[in-house]
Amino acid sequence: MSGPELDKNPGEHGTPLLELSGLRVFYGAIEALKGIDLTVGRGEAVALLGANGAGKSTTLKTVSGMLAPRHGEVRLHGERIDGIASHELVRFGLGHVPEGRRVFARMTVLENLTMGAYRFRRPDPDDLDRVFGLFPRLHERRKQIAGTLSGGEQQMLAIGRALMGKPELLLLDEPSMGLAPLIVEQIFDILREVNEQGTTLLLVEQNASEALQLANRGYVLETGEVVMSGPADTLLADPRIRAAYLGEHVEVD
Amino acid sequence: MTTTETARDVSAAARLRKTSWYQEPRWQRLAALIGVAVVGAQVTGVEGNNRDIFYALKENFTSTGFAVWLAVCVGIWVVREFAQAPVGSAWQSVKESVKAPAGEVQAVWRKQFWLRVGILSGVLVFLIVLPLLVSRHWQQVLVDQIAIYVLLAIGLNVVVGWAGMLDLGFIAFFAIGAYSAAFWTGSLPVDPPMVLNNFAVIPIAVITCLVAGVLLGAPTLRLRGDYLAIVTLGFHEIVYLGAKNWQSFTGGTSGARVERFSIDLGFWSYSWGLDPRPYYWLLLGFIIVLLVLFIRLEHSRVGRAWTAIREDEVAAASNGVDTVRFKLLAFAIGASTSGIAGVIYASKLAYINSEAFIVLFSILVLSYVIFGGMGSLPGVLIGTAVLVWLPEALRDSVPAQDRYMYLGALLVIMMIYRPQGLWPSRRRQRELHMAEEGTAGADALGGTAGGKQV
Repeated sequence: MSGPELDKNPGEHGTPLLELSGLRVFYGAIEALKGIDLTVGRGEAVALLGANGAGKSTTLKTVSGMLAPRHGEVRLHGERIDGIASHELVRFGLGHVPEGRRVFARMTVLENLTMGAYRFRRPDPDDLDRVFGLFPRLHERRKQIAGTLSGGEQQMLAIGRALMGKPELLLLDEPSMGLAPLIVEQIFDILREVNEQGTTLLLVEQNASEALQLANRGYVLETGEVVMSGPADTLLADPRIRAAYLGEHVEVD
Repeated sequence: MTTTETARDVSAAARLRKTSWYQEPRWQRLAALIGVAVVGAQVTGVEGNNRDIFYALKENFTSTGFAVWLAVCVGIWVVREFAQAPVGSAWQSVKESVKAPAGEVQAVWRKQFWLRVGILSGVLVFLIVLPLLVSRHWQQVLVDQIAIYVLLAIGLNVVVGWAGMLDLGFIAFFAIGAYSAAFWTGSLPVDPPMVLNNFAVIPIAVITCLVAGVLLGAPTLRLRGDYLAIVTLGFHEIVYLGAKNWQSFTGGTSGARVERFSIDLGFWSYSWGLDPRPYYWLLLGFIIVLLVLFIRLEHSRVGRAWTAIREDEVAAASNGVDTVRFKLLAFAIGASTSGIAGVIYASKLAYINSEAFIVLFSILVLSYVIFGGMGSLPGVLIGTAVLVWLPEALRDSVPAQDRYMYLGALLVIMMIYRPQGLWPSRRRQRELHMAEEGTAGADALGGTAGGKQV
């Protein structure tokens, strides 16, 4: 796997893995992103935080090719990828765990994972072992129909399916959505492991505390603009963040 | 909340919970069954006449037919309501006793390769000799209806059953195929650049339908479900009205005579004439070749891509499936199958006019596919054969104009009690199973699981 290579390159002095610059995205006349600048270094885990409607998912969808920016650039490995269709981006090493999980409800767990490796002629058994190693639950239920899994298991399956495509950069849209706190913790533990194994993560989250504990860095979006960014622990300690996203009553000037 | 308010709420709830006797399921079922008896007696009884407008009503409600209908329906109700336990357990034991041997048969079927080959070749031999065993009338039915519709249905199954796109304009491609045959054999009012043999028209018709399918599909396949259905319906109307009104090219409703099939290899030649049997064998050949191709496709990467698209387009795309390309491919394969059927149809009847391509036929083919079991080739084959055969078989026993009413009733009953079709694909069975269990993952069905559509 790509783990060892990444360890040689811990800092990010060369080109970042993902770079968004001056990204402006519109839904009709509505400007959803008003010039986003953002970088994700190789091997990092980066969190995008913000309230509903801040533009987090829009950013992610623009990166994964579901939306096209009107202005600005998306670069992966320094190459422009904006305007490339989502299914093509899979070949560039981009994995996407979409919002709401979207597992193939009528396929078995194993069939779902096989679909995840669609870009290869046949799935790599090592990848399958890796996914089953990360998610033993999925191995137990590999013959079960995905639609009958619990929400947490479906989220695991969605992540596992994306990993089957050997992504270098994994985009996650609210992996904690609608899940019990205990399951959320499990999923974030696994994501941490995925990140340590060498996959770069960019995740959108409402659950700021979990996200910032996982991430190296974070960006805070508000109405389509980056209003704050920095190392995760700095953000986690910031009183404004604590007030806005962790529900603490802190006096903010 | 004060106590009086709470009390009022409780009483409101109680009012909502209170049911009158006629709202109880038991009596509602009785009413429904009596309704069935009334309708059944009227439908199967005598016809009305002009002298006495109430003649049919009076006759049919006083006849023994009505008494029989009523007795049967009330009997069903009585058994269902008052003898549920014994009947239920008897049914259960029948199910149990069938299950084990059925499972064994299935296991043997899976394991024994040569047994499968043997049975399949037996079926094949039966299908080949079938027209020798039946009357001339049934030979005609076999060719003009069953075989043609089977060819259409396996083509539509690719579009609807596998790629999950609702296509109501399927017969438009059938028309394009038929008119290609007429045009290239020099049968239309307009002369072709060169006159070809009917067999040589088949690849041309396939290409024409492919091009038409792609032209229609490319701008519209981004649409989903209902929207796509309307677009295909519109496309059908354009093709149909074109055929009907462009008289100088198509011959319109008065039609055009078409050459029949013929082979001339120099040393050996053969012409298909009035005998339906040679057409049957020709069609059977095409059906078998296409079936083999489609079975291979279903189990290939293409088939998996279609399954993924049908389940969830966004997820399919994020796994690297080029959704537009594969939808277009399904559409084009369906269209060209329909085109082949069109060529054979025109060459068999030796005559076409625009009225052979009305939208009803698109809907009939769709209902055959759904009746048999969407996405399941054996289901589609059997479903089409049964549904086409049924009105013909009823020809002698019921008034001719009533035949399609029985077909309609069968479709309604089928969709209520067996919506997955006669021989559903394994995936459809799963879906139904999940719906019955009401499993937690039901929200993941349909792709709107707790999130916005993109």
